[in-house]
Amino acid sequence: MTPEAVTSTAAIELRGIRHRFGEVAALADVTFTINRHERLGIVGPSGCGKSTLLSAIAGLIQPDEGTVEIDEATTPGERLRRCALMPQRDLLLPWRTAIDNAAIALQNRGMKRSEAREQARPLFERFGLAEFEERTPDELSGGMRQRVAFLRTLMAQKDILLLDEPFAALDSITRSGMQEWLLSALEQEPRTALLVTHDVDEALLLTHRVIVMSARPGRIVRTLETDLARDRPRREIVTSPEFTALKETALESLEL
Amino acid sequence: MSGQADLAPAQSASTSRSRATRSAFARFGPPMLVVVLTIALWELVIQILDVPSYIWSSPTQIVETIQERFPDLMGHAAVTLTETLVGFGFAVFFGLAFGLLLHFSVMARRSLYPILIASQSIPTVVLAPVFVLVLGFGLWPKVSVVALFCFFPIVVGTIDGLTSVDREYIRMMLTLDASRMGIFRRVEFPSALPQIFTGMRVGATYAAIGAVFGEWAGSQSGLGWQMLQAKGRLDTALVFADIVFITVMALSLFGIVSLVERLTIPWARKGGVT
Ligand SMILES: Nc1ncnc2c1ncn2[C@@H]1O[C@H](COP(=O)(O)OP(=O)(O)O)[C@@H](O)[C@H]1O
Ligand SMILES: [Mg+2]
Repeated sequence: MTPEAVTSTAAIELRGIRHRFGEVAALADVTFTINRHERLGIVGPSGCGKSTLLSAIAGLIQPDEGTVEIDEATTPGERLRRCALMPQRDLLLPWRTAIDNAAIALQNRGMKRSEAREQARPLFERFGLAEFEERTPDELSGGMRQRVAFLRTLMAQKDILLLDEPFAALDSITRSGMQEWLLSALEQEPRTALLVTHDVDEALLLTHRVIVMSARPGRIVRTLETDLARDRPRREIVTSPEFTALKETALESLEL
Repeated sequence: MSGQADLAPAQSASTSRSRATRSAFARFGPPMLVVVLTIALWELVIQILDVPSYIWSSPTQIVETIQERFPDLMGHAAVTLTETLVGFGFAVFFGLAFGLLLHFSVMARRSLYPILIASQSIPTVVLAPVFVLVLGFGLWPKVSVVALFCFFPIVVGTIDGLTSVDREYIRMMLTLDASRMGIFRRVEFPSALPQIFTGMRVGATYAAIGAVFGEWAGSQSGLGWQMLQAKGRLDTALVFADIVFITVMALSLFGIVSLVERLTIPWARKGGVT
């Protein structure tokens, strides 16, 4: 368990999750807990059920077996109210400007558009998007679209962020910029975050704990504590012996 | 702590004016040329072969007829235009309403959609005389034919547009606290608009023809009626003049719908959400 596990309560608790899509067994007996404001990474081969797992947590699907509990809430509707999902594709609406996309959750809850925009504006400034508020998605670069998509997820003001391969579509230089950006954003706005990725480095760098899943049907094959000293440049972290050792273990678990 | 590397916008917004003009010419130039050449050839053949004007009129004869009979033609055009626009308006209204009904009500979709599809094998044209019998010789039988003509593509555009929305957007919206109505207003309807407009454009091309069919089935005015009269008198040039008017009407309606589409959904040309 993580050091903070002793002091903080579990935010999410999964017990014995199994799920099938017809003939396809997607998840086989997944059990784990996430603590409040912990960042948990999930890595695994593609098709192993990572997205399915996030859907189950979010309440978008009810797993065939097992329970998901978020702050004592267990019904899909209650879970839906507590989670915000950021998918791999930015899914920005092309008929809305960046700021209107980011503020959509507030409008969904019945807030007036002008007011929702006013609430989103400070975030644009804080997260390096000032002056891009009125751009439409096609006028933004891939990295910026992903930032707007993340702000949209933040603006939902949920305790739990489910990030499903948020940077997989970006080139590697943009991606490492985005990883640092995300880290600083989450430090400013702490949330309980699940980060699904197929990039082992990304998981180790950004999260407190990494779960390695097996090929389909997905099971947890290993849990890695990533208590790395993060107050160093990225280059130093990824070349440090602790990091290399963790990566080695992760890759071994992935059978790579 | 910020990746500034990608802050530049993906593309520059400026396009030079001369390039736009050139591309417009590249697009419209060749078809225009074909049209002009065809008309010239047509004129030439009629002149050289000395075809009698009641068998086949030349472009100049048609233009002369249009000049001579202009007020008359415009009067009939106004009748046909009214039928076309009112019928099209009804089709848009009921097409959208029906499409939304089928979208929101599973029961309506199950029971009505198969009927809607099957009803398409009924040739609408043959219903025109029935409308005349029931509704008389006035505006309404024609409006009914036009509306029926245009209704189907608009309904289908609406339903297809609404159902082809990427599920991922809906899943995302659900986690962002959207209600059924919020998803409809902010995702489903806007992303269905391109297909709805496609349906309306198809409908717009049918509308004027629907009005003419309606007039043929029974009427006392309109371009279709005038055409029948002219045919009886072997006034071929007037028949062609009517055809010119009907064509211009159909093209204009198509053009207006396309223009409204461009103004309403500028984002659609840059690639929508599917
Ligand atoms: N809605 C669905 N219907 C049928 N099969 C699905 C559905 N969603 C996912 N699957 C299948 O379940 C497995 C796990 O999918 P997913 O959770 O998306 O994997 P991952 O996100 O790890 O790549 C895959 O084999 C996929 O084809
Ligand atoms: Mg996935």
